[in-house]
Amino acid sequence: MSTDKVITAEQLTKRFGDFTAVDHISFEVQKGEIFGFLGANGAGKTTAMRMLCGLSLPTSGKATVAGFDVYKENEKIKKNIGYMSQKFSLYDDLTVKENMRFYGGIYGMSDKQIKDKTVFILKHLHLESEGNKLVKSLPLGWKQKLAFSVAIFHEPEIVFLDEPTGGVDPVTRREFWNMIYQAAADGITIFVTTHYMDEAEYCNRVSIMVDGRIDALDTPSQLKKTYEATSMDEVFLKLARKAVRNAD
Amino acid sequence: MRTLKFLLQKEFRQIFRDKAIIRIIFIMPVIQLLILPLAADYEMKNIKLSVVDHDHSEYSRQLISKITASGYFLLNDYSSSFDKSMNEIEHDRSDLIMEIPANFEKDLVKQDEAKIFVAVNAINGVKGNLGGAYLRTIIQNYNTEVRTEWVQLPRFSPETQIEVTSSNWFNPLMNYKYFMVPGILVILLTMVGANLTAINIVKEKEIGTIEQINVTPVKKYHFILGKLIPFWVLGLVVLTMGLTVARVAYGIIPTGSFFTIYVFAAVYLLAILGLGLLISTYSVNQQQSMLLSFFLMMIFVLLGGLYTSIDSMPEWAQWITKFNPVSYFVNVMRMVVLKGSNLADISKDLLIMGGFAVVLNGWAILSYRKRS
Repeated sequence: MSTDKVITAEQLTKRFGDFTAVDHISFEVQKGEIFGFLGANGAGKTTAMRMLCGLSLPTSGKATVAGFDVYKENEKIKKNIGYMSQKFSLYDDLTVKENMRFYGGIYGMSDKQIKDKTVFILKHLHLESEGNKLVKSLPLGWKQKLAFSVAIFHEPEIVFLDEPTGGVDPVTRREFWNMIYQAAADGITIFVTTHYMDEAEYCNRVSIMVDGRIDALDTPSQLKKTYEATSMDEVFLKLARKAVRNAD
Repeated sequence: MRTLKFLLQKEFRQIFRDKAIIRIIFIMPVIQLLILPLAADYEMKNIKLSVVDHDHSEYSRQLISKITASGYFLLNDYSSSFDKSMNEIEHDRSDLIMEIPANFEKDLVKQDEAKIFVAVNAINGVKGNLGGAYLRTIIQNYNTEVRTEWVQLPRFSPETQIEVTSSNWFNPLMNYKYFMVPGILVILLTMVGANLTAINIVKEKEIGTIEQINVTPVKKYHFILGKLIPFWVLGLVVLTMGLTVARVAYGIIPTGSFFTIYVFAAVYLLAILGLGLLISTYSVNQQQSMLLSFFLMMIFVLLGGLYTSIDSMPEWAQWITKFNPVSYFVNVMRMVVLKGSNLADISKDLLIMGGFAVVLNGWAILSYRKRS
């Protein structure tokens, strides 16, 4: 496995018919980094992420995730990543513990590992008394935090988060980002898409996608300098205004 | 194997937690088996008859009382005007008109022949046809009676008569329940198998959990087996309940062995679950899958040989039934239940059903993609 680059993309492209959703993007993500993947609706963030996760086959270009090729070794990639989609991805009609047991189990964890990890996470989230409740009975904020915990339950190298804080209140968002920091400190690389520019500030590096291309990629402070902006909001607006593509 | 264990555990938990599904699986088939066979009665009773009697003779009255005594007909009205009876048919109060001409008795006695006119309301074709046929039989019998009464010596009989007697094999009393109940059971099994599998998978598509599964290392065949096995088991449970209802409520005990039925059902369920799987891979949401399975189910049922005999269908329709798994199971069920056929007798059907299972599941597996 190559040094400390956990994701590499080179001229990665995805076309749907005439429409080029992702247009020759290239970037690298370092191990342990929190990598922000920004862009307006329809800019191609989710498509790019789905290619890296092995859910979508690239049209052209190269990419590796955790040292594995996205074309040929996509099943190996899956063992090493966690994924949290825009749609809520836990089973509503299973309890918190049952969800953890299921996802831990299909990643090949042993019963003992699953049990220990479940206890640890429930304690960490202060949800000890909710372990046997159905997921659908929990408030959205808790569900999101739980979904994140389940996404990193099997301790993957990289976790992909697709707009994880959509529809969540500011306090919970803050708590959610504390969990992300914790995971990064534990050595998990975070690849996160978001609309919230304050969240972009929390990232180590940020890329901004416009019309399927990466128009800017740097640390938040460097980006502000380059675009002579006082906040990431301003940077984003300056870049996103150039977009010709309509939002979805 | 361990992965499969987790998938099965999850699936069974979800199925048993969904009270609506449990009701559909366990209660609906029993209720339907108790109601449908009683309603789907092929013996026509209560055929409403209008009699137009222009003769008012003893013979005409004798004929009418013979008809009403048969138990198949209800005398709706008795008049002397055809138009009045026609009016009854137009208002759907009557199914048949029998017009007895004036001089009926005279002609019958003097000229040895008389004409009766029968008009059938063919809006409900089955009822009209059967009613007409029943009526003809009764009139013929009456005719014979009158003849034997008047023509004393057989040698004076102006024409030779061929009498046809028949005996019904395998179902001597022609008890329609004996062939309807096994058939309805097949339909129920098919609906439980195909619809539930399809809806189950499409539901995961809708809520997005299938995508979550697709980013895990779960193998395609693990996922599909995890879906097929629970519904396969449930299908066999439904079959067992159905056979129990058939025995308790209708006293139907298969002449052949239960083993033969279960072997065929096991293979049949595989084919049907494959169909459900296939429907789910081509549907994006539950509405689509419901409509698709509803559409297929209509064809399967109507061309399945349950309500109309396949032999009496036009040749092109008979070809379609060859691609209808339901028609094979309906046939096998009847063969085993009524005729006592064994595995060797149904080996051809079993082989064809195995083919269905392989093709449908293979197609479904090929079209299910973890990556788009």
